[in-house]
Amino acid sequence: MSDLIEIRWHSRGGQGAMLAVRTLARAVIKDNKYAQGLPEFGPERMGAPIKAFNRFSTKPFSLYCGIVNPHVVVLLDPSITKLVDVTEGIYADSKLLVNIGLSLQEVREKLNLKNGKIYVVDATRIAQETLGRPMPNTPMMGALIKIVPVISLEVLLDEVAREFKEKFTSRVVEANLAAIKRGFEEVSGE
Amino acid sequence: MARLAALTGNNAAAEAIRQIKPDVFAAYPITPQTEMAEEVAQFVADGILDTEYIPVESEHSSMSACIGASLAGARAMTATASCGLAYMWELLPIAASLRSSVVMAVVNRAFNAPLNIHCSHDDSMGARDSGWIQLYSENAQEMYDNLIQAVKIAEDETVRLPVMVCMDGFIISHAVERLLLLEDKKVKNFLGEFKPAYPLLEVNNPVTLGACALPDYYTEHKKQHSEALRHSIDKIMGVANEYAKLSGRSYSLFESYQLADAEYGIVILNSAAGVTKAVVDKLRKEGVKAGLLKIRVYRPFPAAQIVQALKNLKVVAVLERTDSFGGVGSPVFTDISAAFMEASTKEKPLMVNYVYGLGGRDVGLEDIGKVYANLQAINQRGKIEKSFAYLQARE
Repeated sequence: MSDLIEIRWHSRGGQGAMLAVRTLARAVIKDNKYAQGLPEFGPERMGAPIKAFNRFSTKPFSLYCGIVNPHVVVLLDPSITKLVDVTEGIYADSKLLVNIGLSLQEVREKLNLKNGKIYVVDATRIAQETLGRPMPNTPMMGALIKIVPVISLEVLLDEVAREFKEKFTSRVVEANLAAIKRGFEEVSGE
Repeated sequence: MARLAALTGNNAAAEAIRQIKPDVFAAYPITPQTEMAEEVAQFVADGILDTEYIPVESEHSSMSACIGASLAGARAMTATASCGLAYMWELLPIAASLRSSVVMAVVNRAFNAPLNIHCSHDDSMGARDSGWIQLYSENAQEMYDNLIQAVKIAEDETVRLPVMVCMDGFIISHAVERLLLLEDKKVKNFLGEFKPAYPLLEVNNPVTLGACALPDYYTEHKKQHSEALRHSIDKIMGVANEYAKLSGRSYSLFESYQLADAEYGIVILNSAAGVTKAVVDKLRKEGVKAGLLKIRVYRPFPAAQIVQALKNLKVVAVLERTDSFGGVGSPVFTDISAAFMEASTKEKPLMVNYVYGLGGRDVGLEDIGKVYANLQAINQRGKIEKSFAYLQARE
């Protein structure tokens, strides 16, 4: 892992991006690394386009601000590309992880993504098949740690199991763990 | 052994409150309250915190309950934010001038209007003249450490003043970060028992608190309060030194970052200091002598120490997340200017005041970088053209 990895999530309010960035940060910190999971500083209406941020590092950092030059962009809802320039500020080799059921070539054309390296995973379908609900955040977490291997799949599964056990039934916890594993396995990239 | 933790600022403050173990925690549970008060309620409900939790009907009542509890001899705490702090306004000077030892966590958030729930320092800066000690925190770790120290300061027999401990709303309160927690037993031993000077419930030595003092004695009461607040600075440092031995983390009245030989300085509070440190590091690599002064103790104001730390710089910008509308500048700028007027030193930097980050407007590396560039331009011109400005504002 390089010194500091900055990840910007784009989603809509209610899709679980906030939970995802916080849970990922907790998992990475428990693995004795440094991490931050920040909500966006803006509107929090259900359905409104929102951003959320993750920073991962092997060293301490003090960046208490949003991310303008992300190494990774996570697109939880591809319809947002009509409203927001999700590639704003990215590097030539930044990774774009998109929740979509299309091929890599189709995604680049359909979403008009010119830069970056694209990865796809059909997280909404995985969520439907595992959770029975279109909640793409947990499969996207699995896909993200596959393409940014900051922690192992086991560390993430342990943390999600611990957190979700306090809120949900064991059936829901197991379904989310299955969703993460499938996200991890099914993501593919350029 | 210190415990590695991954917590939000709110979680970290709630964890500190659990370890501090107040006898009474009185809080208004609804907006603008944060989840900190909810977590404390959960601790009590789960039986892991033996505290009398009073879910009051307003912040006016939460502070009233805390004052009564503290004067009766209980360790009393509360938490609030934004207009919640404004709503307890009437009680703030009462808590202070009655010399209670209430400790309050403040999540810094903007005042309406326009309606906004995000970070500004309007709330605690507005309360700066209420006679409380004020501590500011850059991140969750500092919020946790400051809260524990605040109780020790507030309850000290030479201080006996309430303390508010502030952190930035959302940017810190709602973000997960890494921090180290002390063992419960260590916090317990560090704080000891609260020994009130004149407990209300001591029936053999009845006392009157909150009595009437008309023009004949009011002035003397306020003078004593004023002196107590000024003198508390020694105890604040004493507690910081004791806490450093306990935790390995050092605190002072303010943090100087690359300031000793700096030519261009920013004075700032809370989370934006972290962003500023990153910019200072970058500028230092480029050979620019940039530095930072992050205020931790704002009341009592460490005037002489701040003058000493800033006097040899060429240009200083005081960045503030609030405006003192119609004033010479925002609160910290005005204080530092007055401190230089009062000091005997002839050396003095050129100084400007910028308002930034209002209502949660993100302040990033580029924004702070522009400020240091401004300071260098001012130095080249040798004079200030505009001493007060809003950063990041659309014209």
